[in-house]
Amino acid sequence: MDGYSLSDLWSILIMQGFSGLSLFSVLLLMALGMAIIFGQMGVINMALGEFMTIGAYAVYFFSKMAGKYFPALMPYYFIIAIIAAFVIAFLVGYAVEYLLIRHLYKRPLDTLLATWGLSLIMQQVFRSLFGAREVSAVLPDWLMGAWKPTANIDIPLNGLFVMAISIVVTALVVLFMYRSSWGLKVRATTQNRVMANAIGINTKKIDRITFAAGCGIAGIAGATFTTIASTGPTSGSLYIVDTFLVVVFGGTASLFGTIVSAFSIAQAQSILTFFMTNAMGKVVTLLTIIIILMLRPEGLFASKVRK
Amino acid sequence: MEYVNKGRMMSAFYNKWLGGKKGAIELAILAALIFIVMPLWLDIFRLNLVGKYLTYAFAAVGLVMVWGYGGVLSLGQGVFFGIGGYCMAMFLKLEASDPVSTAHQTTPGIPDFMDWNQVTHLPLFWEPFHSFAFTLAAVIVLPVLFAYIIGAAMFKRRVGGVYFSIITQAIAAILTILVVGQQGLTGGINGITDLKTLHGWNINTDSAKYLLYYVNGALLIGVILICKFILSSKLGRLLLALKDKEDRVRFSGYDVANFKIFTFCLGAAISAIGGAMFTLQVGFMSPSFVGIVPSIEMVIFAAVGGRMSLVGAVYGTLLVNYGKSAFSESFPSLWLFFMGSLFIGVVMFFPSGLSGLYETYLQPRLANWSKTFKNRSGQKIESCSDGAAK
Repeated sequence: MDGYSLSDLWSILIMQGFSGLSLFSVLLLMALGMAIIFGQMGVINMALGEFMTIGAYAVYFFSKMAGKYFPALMPYYFIIAIIAAFVIAFLVGYAVEYLLIRHLYKRPLDTLLATWGLSLIMQQVFRSLFGAREVSAVLPDWLMGAWKPTANIDIPLNGLFVMAISIVVTALVVLFMYRSSWGLKVRATTQNRVMANAIGINTKKIDRITFAAGCGIAGIAGATFTTIASTGPTSGSLYIVDTFLVVVFGGTASLFGTIVSAFSIAQAQSILTFFMTNAMGKVVTLLTIIIILMLRPEGLFASKVRK
Repeated sequence: MEYVNKGRMMSAFYNKWLGGKKGAIELAILAALIFIVMPLWLDIFRLNLVGKYLTYAFAAVGLVMVWGYGGVLSLGQGVFFGIGGYCMAMFLKLEASDPVSTAHQTTPGIPDFMDWNQVTHLPLFWEPFHSFAFTLAAVIVLPVLFAYIIGAAMFKRRVGGVYFSIITQAIAAILTILVVGQQGLTGGINGITDLKTLHGWNINTDSAKYLLYYVNGALLIGVILICKFILSSKLGRLLLALKDKEDRVRFSGYDVANFKIFTFCLGAAISAIGGAMFTLQVGFMSPSFVGIVPSIEMVIFAAVGGRMSLVGAVYGTLLVNYGKSAFSESFPSLWLFFMGSLFIGVVMFFPSGLSGLYETYLQPRLANWSKTFKNRSGQKIESCSDGAAK
């Protein structure tokens, strides 16, 4: 670390910290999507990364359309694209639940394999539709600048924007989960499926909507992802393991835990990456999490439920 | 009890190791296929390819034990395959980089990729791999140790199911990144290549390839025998009980975790043998056999063969790999569709795989057929071919 003065180090820390915040936003959204599905049904959707890719391609598609046919809409398309990303991923998720997942609830390990198969198929579909090369959406001008609080510190605006989106989405999820009747039903189903069924909650319907909502949130994650990297057919699949680690590290039943763990993992990764090679930063972060999880499998914030 | 005579021992062997008449026939057919049909039918290039697939079959057989009978799905089987393979590759690489043949390097006597990466002395963990005995021990001991650490940490805390699967997958991912990242120590993404001799015996000749193919086949059959023995013992029955009603086994006073750790370690050791044989037959080892994708493909081999069938796992491996090479030669883009549908189809429609198909469709017919055959042949020997035709 020699060669850096103290103020340099401080600036690096702030800037890497902010680039970590972009990663944090993507991881947080993905983790929310996974936590909802995993918490609800005990099922891991291995194709969640591909739902994220759906969102990313949706933004790309909208930016192309806007650029070609409606140049006047160019500054605003991103907002519409985010909503579209959610809707498309939601609909695909709904269909997947209906066709595939609902037949496998009793066999979570098989769901894992089936959704992995689904992810392979979806990757190939992306490749056929959009080509194997990575594409990137043209971002509107107002997202391109940087905010310079001091001379050495550059904070890209798109990072701030992405953060804002993930905060809004997180707030919405919390609101829905704890303040709406749908959330009440979801929580009831999670806690005791049989009882929930007995008192007249249509748990099958709840399952389907929850699964689709989780996929939709992954779609939003994909939309925000386009601001930090370009999109390829396999971009999403790189995030699935990280996402799962975020969810279990935070404690599966705790939304607050998910936020804290997404933050710490993203920050650790992006700050370590600066001082080590890219690969080693990731290895050190993930290995630390695995070791902590081996010692404390219930995660940071365990719900006090006897299992 | 009473005295044990030789005949009784023979029948114990027959029932315990082979699994009775049915098991013996299945195993004999597999052995005939591996040892006689394949070598007669295929040229050495194709046979070597089959040998490579059969090394994956070790991992699949391991998964039948861990997943089918142990009830825990390991998505990190490639890790153990890789550890076994890398141990063997390190030994062979050290033999291939003796000071004479590496005299042109900046530092003679170390593997070429280290020289390219400005490593000037052999890293400490490479040193013991000069010894063949150590290498053979390491192929088994290292993966078992690693599996024990993971298994003990997870199973003792009653972690299982999906959670365990993803943790093993994460470990596979980490190990791949690590191996690829530490190019100077591990050969990076290219892996350890240019392996030449084993104790001065050139492993790249055709005769060596034949011999290694047979050694590999014999080891595979041996491993299946050992697994059958374990399954027919009390331990095997407990594993089955554990899979169906874990809590009941626990309340009966058994330490459930130890059984799971045992199967997980066993699966690891079996995969590692496959990895070591892979290195010997194919002549290199690379991180592309360690990571997430190969590990989960090994699961599909076992699933296609039938997750509860040791012999089925071998057929599943051969079939999927044959499909893979046939498809990816002619329609590379269709391959992923095919593989994806295979995952979904096997899980949704054929959860017990090929062996399930065999047991539900083929076996009743065969039994029927042989019954008519027996009846007819009892009546008149001449009419038996007619009877079979009817």
